[in-house]
Parts: sequence; structure tokens; C-alpha cells
Amino acid sequence: MALTISRAIVDAILEQSRAEYPDECCGVILGPVGADTPVRHKPMINAAHSPTFYEFEPKDLLALYREVDDKDEEIVVIYHSHTETEAYPSRTDIAYAGEPGAHYVLVSTREEIAPATEFRSYRIIDGVVTEEEVSITE
Amino acid sequence: MSIEVRIPTILRPYTKDEKSVEADGSTLSALITDLDAKYSGLGERLLENGALRRFINIYINDEDVRFLGGLEAPLKDGDSVTILPAVAGGSN
Repeated sequence: MALTISRAIVDAILEQSRAEYPDECCGVILGPVGADTPVRHKPMINAAHSPTFYEFEPKDLLALYREVDDKDEEIVVIYHSHTETEAYPSRTDIAYAGEPGAHYVLVSTREEIAPATEFRSYRIIDGVVTEEEVSITE
Repeated sequence: MSIEVRIPTILRPYTKDEKSVEADGSTLSALITDLDAKYSGLGERLLENGALRRFINIYINDEDVRFLGGLEAPLKDGDSVTILPAVAGGSN
């Protein structure tokens, strides 16, 4: 299991995390059905506007699924940022994880590791977290 | 009366991998009872202690049922119901 992702998308997500600090940022990366390849980066609004919680607005969520269906895409990656803690799924993240086929990416732009950042990917299925390798293509 | 219900990936093990199923009910509550009768166990994934689960969003046509009366939201022939897992989480 691994996630292969372009440098440009990784950089865009880290940039979004810094821009929305101290709130958590969130979004998805879409790709063609069945290819398991993240191609189209789509930042989403964190409706919770919170440093410790994120949530897609229910209306945005429905629009997203409609769009993905119409374009024969699927949600390859669901990501969010932790702004003060490690890029590891919290109990809340695990409880909410509802897409068994998605890679759950967490980034951390917390100050104590700056200027380094964390960009890590997980599968979360039936409450079980499995970290996977991230391969970044230039 | 027939209502199309779109099922998210995570709940498709209950519907033999069907993306969309038909069910009946004049309210969302009645619809969920019918769904559970046809697809045993599905009701429990949607309800907790008789209320809609926080982790699940349900829409009638394009509207979030929380704005339509929740479980009492009325349904009519030809309506389309979409069930989606909430996308949420956070460090706390």
C-alpha cells in the first residue's frame, strides 16, 4: 500500500494549511474511477472554522459527490491539517472515517518542527489505522 | 410508492454492493424501517438511540434532512434519498 502524489499538490496542501492557520484546513484529491491516482486537488471549506475540528459543509459534501459521479471520478485522498499536533489520526478522525477506499492524508505544520512539515497517509478501515508510504513525484 | 436511496460505499456490504436501492415510507423514519427490513443491519448504521447518527448525512433530493424535520421529514413517490458519510475529524 502506498500513495503516489505530485510535489505540486503536496506543496499546495501545505500552503493551504499555513494560510488557514490556526484553523485546520481540509480538502480532497480526486482521480479517475479505479485508478487510485490523485490528480485533481480540490480544497474544501472547513465549516467548523476550528483549530481542533474540521467538517465539510453538508451541502458542499453533496455537491462534491455529485460532481465526482458526473465526471467519473472518485475521492482518492481526503486530507486535513493538524496545526498543533502530530500528523497522526486522532480518535475523532478514526470515528468519522467513512470512505474505506480513500487515502486519509494528514499534514502537520506545527511550529515545533518548523520549517519541516509532516505529510503522512493512512488507510482507516473499521477503526483500524494503517500508515502507508508516501511517494512524491517531481 | 417508490423512493430511490443512494447508498455510500461504506454501507454497500449491507445492500450486496448495490449503489442504489428502492424503499418505501411516507417519512424518513418509515423509510429507514423499510430499509432495515430489506437490508438487515442497515438501520443501525443510520440511527443511534432512535436519532440520526452524527457521522451520517442524509439528503432528500438536494436538501439536508436536518432542515426538513429530521426523521419526521416527509417523503413522496419519486423522491430521491442520498446517504453520505460525513467528512469530518480533527486533532481533538
